[in-house]
Amino acid sequence: MLNPNIRKQFPVLNHIENEHTLVYLDNTATTHKPLRVIERMTQFYTHQNATVHRGIYGLSQAATEYCDATRKKVQTFINAKRNEEIIFVKGTTEAINLVAESFGTFQLKKGQEILITEMEHHANIVPWQQLCIKHGCTLQVAPIHDNGELNLEAWKAGINENTGLVAFTHVSNALGTTNPVQEMCDYAKAAGAAVLIDGAQAVSHIKVDVQALNCDFYAFSAHKMHGPTGVGVLYGKYDLLTIMPPYQTGGDMIDVVSFEKTTFAAPPARFEPGTPAIAAIIGLGETIDFLNEIGIDNIFHHEHKLLNYAHIKLKEIKGLRIIGEAKEKNAIISFVLDTIHPHDAGTILDTLGIAVRVGHHCAQPLMERLEVPATIRASFSMYNTLEEIDSLVAGIKKIQEIML
Amino acid sequence: MSRIQRLYEDMILEHNKKPRNFCVMENHSHSSHGKNPLCGDDYYVYINCSESHIDNVSFIGQGCAISKSSGSLMTEMLKGLSIQEALALKDSFLDMVSTDISPEKKKSLGNLKVFEGVKEFPARVKCAALVWRALEDALGTQHGVACTE
Repeated sequence: MLNPNIRKQFPVLNHIENEHTLVYLDNTATTHKPLRVIERMTQFYTHQNATVHRGIYGLSQAATEYCDATRKKVQTFINAKRNEEIIFVKGTTEAINLVAESFGTFQLKKGQEILITEMEHHANIVPWQQLCIKHGCTLQVAPIHDNGELNLEAWKAGINENTGLVAFTHVSNALGTTNPVQEMCDYAKAAGAAVLIDGAQAVSHIKVDVQALNCDFYAFSAHKMHGPTGVGVLYGKYDLLTIMPPYQTGGDMIDVVSFEKTTFAAPPARFEPGTPAIAAIIGLGETIDFLNEIGIDNIFHHEHKLLNYAHIKLKEIKGLRIIGEAKEKNAIISFVLDTIHPHDAGTILDTLGIAVRVGHHCAQPLMERLEVPATIRASFSMYNTLEEIDSLVAGIKKIQEIML
Repeated sequence: MSRIQRLYEDMILEHNKKPRNFCVMENHSHSSHGKNPLCGDDYYVYINCSESHIDNVSFIGQGCAISKSSGSLMTEMLKGLSIQEALALKDSFLDMVSTDISPEKKKSLGNLKVFEGVKEFPARVKCAALVWRALEDALGTQHGVACTE
């Protein structure tokens, strides 16, 4: 187990919900932020507030340096080759939209195919669908197996000389499935397709090395890795970024502006128009320091201990069916209860102070594939405990007692 | 009674398990599709009116216990009412699940009073209201679709 003192970094875990101490099992939706990240952002707003890039004065220069420092921390964290390959965006959704708009519109040709998978959430479906409508590409969808694993053979068969880009999730938010991303990158790159990985559920849970993966793009959000909301990262290979046009235009991303013509700055500034989420970027830097001190491997082991325990305990419950039993999983467990709708289950758990997600998890096509309208999803993080899983199990029994 | 017991009254649980008038009605004069895409609750409501009275009501679809039992009890209450009476009942019901209402109004709701506990769960009001908004659409606005999210 991780040091139990870790919970002290997260005062929100002492929150009382419906007369019970909060049991927070919705870490896939968002994670809690450690005190040191909150304090770092408060310190910035209290004593260091200034914008970046503009000021000749000290505070602005310092703010610029803090943001640059975060860029370097992210670079090291995911092992990018250069810090200019790290673009700050709002989050994973914006990162994928940026690639669809800028890379998709200008690098993909009409008639080319984009391959996604059945387990994608809406953020990794809809931007590609829109690109296909606007640009005359075709969206292909690789199937999954009933156990929630990607059908890798079918996925490979879906790649041909006409495939321009493949986009897939590193870890499924709805099922917890961890995809064989290295094998997938190797295969797609050998076939000449560009690769985008949605890493929203992977970063901070699994070690990510973008150079080893050799993916072209990797997207993730700070708020799902114990950082603040409002900032995320798009990693892109520098050579690609330099040939991509801006996604949005305005200040901070230009080289020279006249009323006749504008030339654009080099990456990453080209993709970061306007004033960025400065405090959030600084908070993200502090988050990475925090994660590095704990160690991603330690987090991985702790979360997998919780996952394995939860699997064993939930399987003992009569009338409960786990949705998604891939061999390789992250600490996310989706399930349904016979004859009990997930929303009723969610409400009853809430009255016991247990926060889970119920619904389609922004993955409606996946729910349709699995023939369930919705699931109950518990997802674990570094601060969760075995006792909290016991509380979940007791909560599920209470649901059955009330509803059956 | 705890909050959760006030929400899941026995009558609600019983109607959830055995919803009444839970079928497609081929020969209907009015219908609508009530759908909450975020949570997935999804029902069709069918009404057959002769002159100005409701002869028959049914519903079919899927969703949580609150939405399904709301549909079931609604179909039981509507038969024989005029369209105006049905719409007034709908208004009273929607008032009851969101605010405090007068004892007289509550009395007029009959068995639907079991949904009073929904008021304590703001996130679930949309579940109880869905079939009623579909009813309102079927009898009034006739967009063919209703949503409470």
